[in-house]
Amino acid sequence: NSSRLVLFVEIQPQHCKTNRVEPNATIGEIKSMFHKSHPQWYPARQSIRLDPKGKSLKDEDVLQHLPVGTTATFYFRDLGAQISWVTVFLTEYTGPLVIYLMFYFRVPFIYASKYDFTTSKHWVVHLACMCHSFHYVKRLLETLFVHRFSHGTMPLRNIFKNCTYYWGFAAWMAYYINHPLYTPPIYGEQQIRLALIIFLFCQIGNFSIHIALRNLRPPGSKTRKIPYPTKNPFTWIFLLVSCPNYTYELGSWLGFTLMTQCLPVAFFTLVGFVQMTVWAKGKHRSYLKEFRDYPPLRSPILPFIL
Amino acid sequence: MASSEEDGTVEEKENNNKKRTKSALVTAWLTFYNIAMTAGWLVLAITMMRFYIQRGTHKGLYRSIARTLKFFQTFALVEVRLTFVGIVKTSVIVNGVQVCSRIFMVWFVTNSIRQIQNEESVILFLVVWTVMEISRYSYYTFSLLHHLPYFIKWARYNFFIVLYPLGVAGELLTIYAALPFVRRSGMYSMRLPNKYNVSFDYYYCLIIVMLSYIPLFPQLYLHMLRQRRRVLHGEVIVEKDE
Repeated sequence: NSSRLVLFVEIQPQHCKTNRVEPNATIGEIKSMFHKSHPQWYPARQSIRLDPKGKSLKDEDVLQHLPVGTTATFYFRDLGAQISWVTVFLTEYTGPLVIYLMFYFRVPFIYASKYDFTTSKHWVVHLACMCHSFHYVKRLLETLFVHRFSHGTMPLRNIFKNCTYYWGFAAWMAYYINHPLYTPPIYGEQQIRLALIIFLFCQIGNFSIHIALRNLRPPGSKTRKIPYPTKNPFTWIFLLVSCPNYTYELGSWLGFTLMTQCLPVAFFTLVGFVQMTVWAKGKHRSYLKEFRDYPPLRSPILPFIL
Repeated sequence: MASSEEDGTVEEKENNNKKRTKSALVTAWLTFYNIAMTAGWLVLAITMMRFYIQRGTHKGLYRSIARTLKFFQTFALVEVRLTFVGIVKTSVIVNGVQVCSRIFMVWFVTNSIRQIQNEESVILFLVVWTVMEISRYSYYTFSLLHHLPYFIKWARYNFFIVLYPLGVAGELLTIYAALPFVRRSGMYSMRLPNKYNVSFDYYYCLIIVMLSYIPLFPQLYLHMLRQRRRVLHGEVIVEKDE
């Protein structure tokens, strides 16, 4: 996987041979060219750089704006098999949806056979199933119709890692919530009602943020802008937080934990919170680096706290 | 840190001095830590030998060193912090996994399950751990003091070849011996129904721990083999970088 291969390119006004390109050619075109001569490395898995230890060049970079002369030496690195973000998201979200339902309907071999295909006698279990399913259906639809991804692909091994996480936790939670010996929340209806309100509020909030982020970026572009509150009150949290989508996500899962009073759910919420905090801090830092006028009041994920 | 050309050199010197005193303190602390750990494990080794020579049996040996063992093995958690901060150049994950498995054995197996404390497998891994830790900590100590006798380096990077598998065997046999006692007593376990809607079976947890040795042990072993080739034979191994 080391940057041994060197692509030698001559820059000339007319390109009539391979390895000769016009000055206004982009890195993307270079990648296509390289793919033709090395068919096993499709463009998504190529990392092209000017220095073997340097940063990867972007597809949109134009040759004549790079520090090259009449010839350019590029270093190639194989990023390994790639898979598209959309594929990963669809797979990792469909799993929990299906798996939870299998536990909800008490498919055979999970619980004692006398419980096969029975349903729980607690109404909160039905409510929890609706909420969980709604959450993942929402995520699937957002992946298909709302999100605009800046990267097309990610390394293939990520899909195994991500699916293990999502599917594993979904199975663990669903096992206990739909168990014949499930104990409903101590404070009964009050607790469940409050939890449902928190959950729905945060689901709407999370969706509003995704829409707001989508509208920041025109279709097909990769421009980056600071997100600001819009007319939608759910986006006013942008005044205090850089990544409110994560804040609302945390809120949703806190609501679900309260609703089900299930320790595995609490654990899942905690792990998710840690991961989202890491992402939020990274995003916050890159906002600060990229924009001089970034609003100083904002915190990465929790207002004033984190 | 932007500084103008003129007073740049003065600031740089000050910063370098600060860095040097800081790293001198860190080195001093590290040296003290490694000396203390070497001494601790030496004490353990000597106590164990004395016990066996005086009593002629290994029964009761664990009890006699239990407190010292727990102290020094738990203190090794400090190392994880050091690797994480970057002061010690071992991989955080490798070191973390090793320390975790040690702490688990000491606190959650031999400490909690009294009936297996006189098993031969316990003595096996105790002996292995003692030899490995003495050679490891004395290696670190002498490296920090810049006077590393070759035989210590040789010991550290060769003993493990036989001792690692022996130690793993001792640990696995001990956990296996503990299983029936765990099942019977139901220790550390929680059953349904309960208000947290969770269950935990320590018996199956131990089985999973035993199974986890299968992927983890070869990785640790190969890592040490690679280190050995690099340190003893000066080979440059290209690690797969992401």
